[in-house]
Amino acid sequence: MSDSPLTSPFIPNTDDDRAVMLAEVGTSAVEDLFGDIPEQYRHPGLALPAPIPEMELRAEMTALAQRNFHAGEHPSFLGAGVYHHFCPAVVAPLVTRGEFLTSYTPYQPEVSQGTLQGTFEFQTLTAQLFGMEVSNAGMYDGASSLAEGALMACRVTKHSRVAVLDTVNPRYVETIRFYAQPQGIEVYQTSPTSPELQPDTACLISQYPNFFGAFEDSQALVDLAHEHGALAVMSCDPTALAMYKPPGAFGADIATGEGQALGIPPSFGGPYVGIFTCRQEYVRQLPGRIAGRTVDTEGRTGYVLTLQPREQHIRREHATSNICTSTALIGLWATIYLSLMGKQGLRHVAELCHQKAHYAASRIAELPGYSLPNDDPFFQEFVVACPKSPAEVSAALQQRGIVGGLDVSDRYPNGMLLCVTEVNTRDQIDRLVDALAEIGR
Amino acid sequence: MTSMPDTPFREEAHDRRRLLMERSRPGRTGVTLPASDVPPQLMPEQAMLRDDLQLPEVTEGEVVRYFTHLSQLNFSIDTNFYPLGSCTMKYNPKLNEAVAATPGFALAHPAQPEAQVQGCLEAIFTLQTYLQEVSGLPSASLAPLAGAQGELAGILTLRAALDARGDGHRRKMLIPDTAHGTNPASAAMAGFQVISIPSTSGGDIDLDAVRAEAGDDLAGVMFTQPTTLGLFDRNAIEMCRVVHEAGGLVYGDGANMNALLGRAKLGHFGFDVVHMNLHKTFSTPHGGGGPGAGPICVTEVLAPFLPGPIVVRRDDGSYGSEMPAQSIGRCGASQGNFGVLIRALTYISLLGGEGMLNISGNAVLNANYLLAKLRSLFELPYDRSVMHEVVFAARKRAGATALNVSKRLLDHGFHAPTMYFPLVVPEALMIEPTETESKETLDAFIETLERIDAEAAADEEFLRGAPYETPISRLDEARAARRPELRWRPAEE
Repeated sequence: MSDSPLTSPFIPNTDDDRAVMLAEVGTSAVEDLFGDIPEQYRHPGLALPAPIPEMELRAEMTALAQRNFHAGEHPSFLGAGVYHHFCPAVVAPLVTRGEFLTSYTPYQPEVSQGTLQGTFEFQTLTAQLFGMEVSNAGMYDGASSLAEGALMACRVTKHSRVAVLDTVNPRYVETIRFYAQPQGIEVYQTSPTSPELQPDTACLISQYPNFFGAFEDSQALVDLAHEHGALAVMSCDPTALAMYKPPGAFGADIATGEGQALGIPPSFGGPYVGIFTCRQEYVRQLPGRIAGRTVDTEGRTGYVLTLQPREQHIRREHATSNICTSTALIGLWATIYLSLMGKQGLRHVAELCHQKAHYAASRIAELPGYSLPNDDPFFQEFVVACPKSPAEVSAALQQRGIVGGLDVSDRYPNGMLLCVTEVNTRDQIDRLVDALAEIGR
Repeated sequence: MTSMPDTPFREEAHDRRRLLMERSRPGRTGVTLPASDVPPQLMPEQAMLRDDLQLPEVTEGEVVRYFTHLSQLNFSIDTNFYPLGSCTMKYNPKLNEAVAATPGFALAHPAQPEAQVQGCLEAIFTLQTYLQEVSGLPSASLAPLAGAQGELAGILTLRAALDARGDGHRRKMLIPDTAHGTNPASAAMAGFQVISIPSTSGGDIDLDAVRAEAGDDLAGVMFTQPTTLGLFDRNAIEMCRVVHEAGGLVYGDGANMNALLGRAKLGHFGFDVVHMNLHKTFSTPHGGGGPGAGPICVTEVLAPFLPGPIVVRRDDGSYGSEMPAQSIGRCGASQGNFGVLIRALTYISLLGGEGMLNISGNAVLNANYLLAKLRSLFELPYDRSVMHEVVFAARKRAGATALNVSKRLLDHGFHAPTMYFPLVVPEALMIEPTETESKETLDAFIETLERIDAEAAADEEFLRGAPYETPISRLDEARAARRPELRWRPAEE
């Protein structure tokens, strides 16, 4: 048996190659090439495990994955910003084609038309879905997209306060603070039932439907923002927008969203794609990449990265954002998903979510000890007040082979936020209802 | 009998690139969906609903043919040598993809209770320890979703540590003139004042310029080692000392970590915070512009301020996630791009510690080989042995500008190097071959550059028209910016 630690399936150089190349370089050992590193720092030792061959590693990783209790094996009623939706089998093989997967930011448009045209399609479909005039090429995720929306509102209005409704995803609020506070922007919260805007407010941020699944009076919120010289910023669930009025219809100025809902696997938190749309008049304040249509020297239509003077590689510390590598591939995933679903398919998915969630809610509301604390209209998520702590209920559901909802007891006594989408069959919902009944006894 | 045309009918290139909305026909669909299996529920009131949704109506076959065609218009690592400097376009193993797609990982939900996601948490914890070992720093946060977000999170961590010790007045951030544009952009977003520091004629940071700024308003420095010139900066260790002595902290941009794997640790040089690009050094695919991941590693002093949540191993051997005591908060809704993290973990596990040394050694050898073989064609602004990449100046021949040489390379099936960066080198061509390219590929690349040089010598104008063989020729970027067309619109609008 040979024992050759220096072989790698990814490195073609042989000992002979290295000898010839070192001779061209004018030295005798690879080690000599690191001579600029002071000797006392060189070869510090690297305490990493020995290599694991693919066959064994694959088995180890599969075993590790099986330690998760997951929606591939158990019905899940957990949402809270990340949703289990059906995705046709055709999407993954297209997205993972090496030509898409292993290219980079399209700096050379002549050999990147696939990525650029795909991005232009993403911008078209997201703008249409959100009912907004323009979209960028995508952000990291829904939370950072909303946070950059808040920063953009501050640039546009030259105000330095940001109002966020207390029904926005708490993790999104934390992300807004992460981005805004270092720039001296004050973030404050207000209630959707009696919203109050302070002077110098750049925007009023709402979520549609809100974190607890319910719809608020979006028109009144948008109007209120405008009356105070602030922009209306809405963070929206893309699936809901196949059915419900889009943010553009209310006159929102900036609308963002978590693109994960468009058939992208939850993957324990990412990668996702943040959707970022706005009014045409603000395009030069947009963060991130943007693809634009133009022509080549022969007059043929083609696409390029455009409006680049906003960006970090040109404007450095004066850029609208520091974004460089974003999540183009996940944007492509969303684009292909949307093209397959089409307007009928996506609407049907949204209606299935609505129907099933309302069926589940009405059945749970009838269980002794359970109630629905909200009576606002909702889409696919709703809060249930449980007879026990949500942590107990969740653990008991796990014992019965079900992933329960999110604990929102800090907001609603014994509150659990449940989500039902098209992937949940009636049988699964009935199992959930039966399990809850048993747990409540 | 009618005569046949000489050439077979082919769908014109233009038609193959028709947009989805132009292909759409009412009544087509690309998906099958079940009917509702629950008793009919009341629909929302009509006023809440929309009737204006426009999305394409196309079949699955049309979608496959369209996106397959689009993919074929791209250069990629899987199809072409892609020596884009500072981007580390190494081969992306397919095993990474298979592992990330494992249902237990792909379908795990980020809001599940810890007890249900021990597999994911253990994977993150393991990768955390590996990255700490590689960087030589004791604590890590894997939350940042990309390199630039890692930079922002890193210097916010640094800022929080300064503020906590009563140094909130320190707001000057030194950044070398060779730095990637994200450095000053991140510093500005973090509320720092950016001071640009020049480089010496040898390509190292100018220590006198650093000393001149090393007052009690100094927050720190953002520094890339090896630098964007492809050099190991010989003054950087002293720079760390000067900055620390003045009360500042040092941020290390680990974009070029590929050169140092197992050869040296940034933490040992005096860096307090380091970010890494998993999509560069650790082989996760670049995806046409992301996703990436930008974990950060820090010293013990900075650990309490890290962004969270961070995965911890509890006394009973289980894993949990926690926010550090004085955390700067959350970079996004979840705890990082897990799908990217698991790919990087797979890569490191497959190659092991020995593999890391093998990577850096061959990456640096390949770059130095290109330097040796191409130095007669271009100017070499810093005549030194390089690390992972080499930066030339295309100034030897009229017409053979960095742009024109780059465009002509595309005709020969090579992606262009990074052009016009770093800004301190006029006509810069920044070439990073990586360790996964063979000598044969490098030789073909060298030979092609020699031919391009000969073409430029024969006819100054020729390169200005390049590329000639690509699906499309040079595009009018000025027009795109002047009248931005950023989406398809129906003709009547």
